[in-house]
Amino acid sequence: MWRCLLLLCFATSAAAGKPDPQRQRELRSLLKNDCGACHGLTRKGGLGPPLLPEALAGKSDAELLRTIQEGRPGTAMPPWKPFVDADETLWLIEELLRKQPVSMEHGG
Amino acid sequence: MIEINKSIDKSVPLLLLLLYLLGNVCLAELRGSGDLGVVIERERGSVLIIETSKRSILARVEKLGDLSHASVVFSRDQRYAYVFGRDGGLSKIDLLQDKLVRRVVQAGNSIGGAISQDGRFIAVANYQPGGVKIFTSDTLELVADIPAVYGDDKRSRVVGLVDAPGRQFVYSLFDAGEIWLLDMRDPSRIEIQKFSDIGRQPYDALLTPDGRYYLAGLFGESGLALLDLWHPEEGVKRILPEYGKDDEKLPVYKMPHMEGWSVTGNLAFVPAVGLHQVLVIDMLQWRLVKSIPVAGQPVFVMARPDGRQIWVNFAFPDNQQVQVIDVEDLSVSRTLQPGKGVLHMEFTPRGEEVWISVRDDNQILVYDTRSFQEMARLPAVSPSGIFFTSRAAKTGL
Ligand code: HEC
Repeated sequence: MWRCLLLLCFATSAAAGKPDPQRQRELRSLLKNDCGACHGLTRKGGLGPPLLPEALAGKSDAELLRTIQEGRPGTAMPPWKPFVDADETLWLIEELLRKQPVSMEHGG
Repeated sequence: MIEINKSIDKSVPLLLLLLYLLGNVCLAELRGSGDLGVVIERERGSVLIIETSKRSILARVEKLGDLSHASVVFSRDQRYAYVFGRDGGLSKIDLLQDKLVRRVVQAGNSIGGAISQDGRFIAVANYQPGGVKIFTSDTLELVADIPAVYGDDKRSRVVGLVDAPGRQFVYSLFDAGEIWLLDMRDPSRIEIQKFSDIGRQPYDALLTPDGRYYLAGLFGESGLALLDLWHPEEGVKRILPEYGKDDEKLPVYKMPHMEGWSVTGNLAFVPAVGLHQVLVIDMLQWRLVKSIPVAGQPVFVMARPDGRQIWVNFAFPDNQQVQVIDVEDLSVSRTLQPGKGVLHMEFTPRGEEVWISVRDDNQILVYDTRSFQEMARLPAVSPSGIFFTSRAAKTGL
């Protein structure tokens, strides 16, 4: 399982830039379900702070990239490096800044 | 035109008779509610009302808001379910009429709740604004608002809220590292006892089935915090301060839960934070008996009602499996692969079957707990929590 995921990471990082559509789906699902476990399904926060565009505005990509890749030691924010590489993380950040979660558009 | 109207006039008594007859037919289908339950469909903001005797889905109730991390308690007559949503929504559902009776949005962000011993009050644990709110169970009217204030006017998120005997509620303050004991003997004069310095970042708690011990798991340090509700004057004690000290802690991708009856005989089974282990604690001396190696970081560790087996599910990236611990051997005796994203498990009232929600497969699986055979598969949209009405009679659930 781990090896599989790692392989996937390498495979996609080799191509660099934007993840392919299949990987994009996986990353969206990761964002919704696994980040959502702490930041909320609608990203309005939970154990972790809200990740809505307003909340992240003014934070640099570099800072967000480091937080997601390395986690924040001493807090509940874990490092995601084993599962998402830097390019994929940048794509995730773009998603976070650009879009409201789907379930919010339905009015929740 | 006129003629048609006349014929409608004539048919009115007939229609009434028909309705009357239909009403009688409905009454003929009187049923109890002891084998009912609800399944949360987190993304859809809906719940399924299910029935365990025939393993079937009876109805869907919609428009319940954001149900990520939702949990449920039941009225003591087992007719109503109270659903606590992430968005602060508190919804009361009539399980016999398949409908939403009442819904209040009482906070910006909440994590769960409890129902009082006498069934009269519902307490909700809130993250935002941090604190506990108490409502009447019949009309959901606000009775008390108790902000979780600590330090210089800071507010803490509240976790691990349970009901306890003597019309009390107990809960933990994640940010403050405190446990509060709320006495509702006189609802117009609620008394609060606060215990501070109980350990860093309590993340969830369990109450032993007899209602005596409140055990809070700590995220910010090793060990657990223990409050003896028979002797609150003795204060909160720290147990197992040394657990996991020598093991390298892994990053935690999903917070473990302590809720569920993970107590059997003198033993309590709890998830280790950041380790692939289930801890077995001897409750007579409050010391570690064993740490059982398991397939991932445990999330729910739940005892079958007869206490013979412990079922465990896991955090990302190991959440496609479930393991069963044999209580006599204190080791894993079975590994099942229900599917991708196993989020929750619930035993039928006497434990002959277990229902398991598999989020990414959009399914609920029902297993026989003796033969481990799959008995049924039911469709559900991203199912998470499963809750049966038998919880109504259990303290702390
Ligand atoms: C186990 C809980 C948990 C999970 C899962 C989690 N986070 Fe976090 N996250 C936190 C916490 C807690 C913080 C706040 C850390 C602090 O106090 O500095 C945080 C902080 C952050 C921040 C910084 C926010 C800010 O305002 O500076 C970002 C960005 C973030 N998380 C993204 C993610 C992403 C993306 C994922 C999924 C790939 C994720 N998190 C999964 C707990 C979690």
